[in-house]
Amino acid sequence: MVPELAVPRPSASQVPPMPPVPTVPTVDHEPLIGGGKTIAQVTRDVCAPIERGPTRLWYGAFAASSSALLLGVLCVAYQIATGIGTWGLNRTVGWAFDITNFVFWVGIGHAGTLISAVLLLLRQKWRTSINRSAEAMTIFAVICAGLFPVIHMGRPWLAFWVFPYPNARGSLWVNFRSPLLWDVFAIGTYFTISLVFWYVGLIPDLATLRDRAAGLRRRVFGLLSLGWNGSARTWARHEVACVLLAALATPLVVSVHSVVSTDFATSVVPGWHATIFPPYFVIGAIFSGFAMVLTLMLIARKVMRFEHYITAKHVGAMCRVLVFTGSIVGLAYLTELFTAWYSGNPYERFTFLNRAFGPMGWAYWVMVGCNVVAPQLLWFRRVRGDLRLVFLLSLVVNVGMWFERFVIIAGSLERDYLPSAWSGYRPTLVEVGTLVGSFGLFLSAFLLFCRWLPMLAIFELKGVLPTTSQPWRHGAQA
Amino acid sequence: MSRRVHVATFDNGHELVAAARACRRRGLQIADAHTPHPVHGLEEALGLPRSRLPIVCFVGGFVGLTLGLAFQHWASAVDWPLNVGGKPFSSWPAFLPVAFEMTVLVAGLATAAALLLRSRLLPGTTPSSFEPRATDDRYVLIVQERDATLAAGELRALLLAHGALACREELSAEEVAT
Repeated sequence: MVPELAVPRPSASQVPPMPPVPTVPTVDHEPLIGGGKTIAQVTRDVCAPIERGPTRLWYGAFAASSSALLLGVLCVAYQIATGIGTWGLNRTVGWAFDITNFVFWVGIGHAGTLISAVLLLLRQKWRTSINRSAEAMTIFAVICAGLFPVIHMGRPWLAFWVFPYPNARGSLWVNFRSPLLWDVFAIGTYFTISLVFWYVGLIPDLATLRDRAAGLRRRVFGLLSLGWNGSARTWARHEVACVLLAALATPLVVSVHSVVSTDFATSVVPGWHATIFPPYFVIGAIFSGFAMVLTLMLIARKVMRFEHYITAKHVGAMCRVLVFTGSIVGLAYLTELFTAWYSGNPYERFTFLNRAFGPMGWAYWVMVGCNVVAPQLLWFRRVRGDLRLVFLLSLVVNVGMWFERFVIIAGSLERDYLPSAWSGYRPTLVEVGTLVGSFGLFLSAFLLFCRWLPMLAIFELKGVLPTTSQPWRHGAQA
Repeated sequence: MSRRVHVATFDNGHELVAAARACRRRGLQIADAHTPHPVHGLEEALGLPRSRLPIVCFVGGFVGLTLGLAFQHWASAVDWPLNVGGKPFSSWPAFLPVAFEMTVLVAGLATAAALLLRSRLLPGTTPSSFEPRATDDRYVLIVQERDATLAAGELRALLLAHGALACREELSAEEVAT
């Protein structure tokens, strides 16, 4: 190998002239990434939490989340050993806590896909600080979601029956006309494509970690980064592949929750049998997902010291999405009420009156308060600028969106057509424990992700720094 | 086939692109460039052909759609026709959600597989790297050395004039994909 020959940089006269600095003032003066970072600093900052090891705060959070997970495991083990009778379900209310949790968690995932796919296609540069963790959030949320229908089966070891495989019963194929089967395919595809998209985006950053590490860590990251060397040819293909995967994931954002909504909309239960359900569910999913992204990002920027990367600008953009989608959710609630009244159908009218003023009316008003009223505060710049308030509002929306699904599912089933079939529903401790456990699983997985993998997309951040994205800045700063 | 290459290191992408353009103007062949992030304009500067991944994606999607629809038709109407609520055996509108999901699934997996295989990104591969900081903050241009195009000293001067921090000769075992 020929020794490297470092030569002093040529004088300014030899360097080709830089394009002139544009004098037209741009609308956006504030840089996306604060602190005037160089690309080497980006690498250091994002790798730092992985390389310096977890903080005490991390251990505390992980202890809490894994305890919650343990509680969930115990509850599920008890339920599987004893039977579904350990839940508060009855012959009228056959779906309640479990399906509420399923729909809630699937919805959480949607913001991750929206941020990583739709905002990539729309070339929204602010997504680069949050897309990696939002995608991770999607994957963990879909895992949590998928567990609930499987647990609800009662005999989860037979879960493979939902797949159309050649069997000794004929073969008796699955019913392709059933929305429950569409769910299997929709959630399965959603999980697979999200995981592939996430991993393909991770490869360059895993290579960065590999090249900084030594020993076992280097071997593991070396295996995971698949021999990535940053070749221009590979980058070109990588970019095309990412755009293609984004284009494929975009209809998934719409299709997955539409399919979930058909679980309800194709039945004849009053309050479920509505054509508004697919768009209503999709927008609710994006709304709740963005709330969860905000919750996680506001914690992460503090705990992982990413204040320069997740800035007020990012929080502001997410708040705007939240107030926009929250308002659409409010419009959907009003549309539902209007349709129930305008249809002239006494059962529909009764269902909605019962929702607001019946035995579970309190849950309805919690939902309206959290989802429609509270986010309206985000119209105010001062509220958007107060991160503690934003954090609180994001939690409020999470609670509200859980209640929305609960109101729709349990509330509609409690009061069906026949008063003789009416019933009540109260969750048992096992059900509550399972919900707590799913949060434990979600947060434990997310904390492990923060510990072992780059939380921010290093290579994408490098591409949006002022020095790399705007050629004229380079001349000014060099 | 081993060959001699000139490896020039830059600290930003704009100079790398300019240097690559200048080298190509002089008739030199660029073996590759290693960068920490996708550099705007580098593909054009290196004269890389358009990626054919969209074709793979389309074919994958088409296969997924066809298989999805065909299998549902066969299972519901041919292999064991079951009367479900008096609906036609081959009730294709009800088959669309699953067919759509299969389209997306096969297209996505095919695209990712094609990316990894074509770029030889496989577990256990040792990266052919000239500069460990190429995944951090260095932009590396690898120019193939050819006789009679440009003397080595001239090439070095050209690269340094374009802002290269360092320039060295190396033997490379990597094939040049054209």
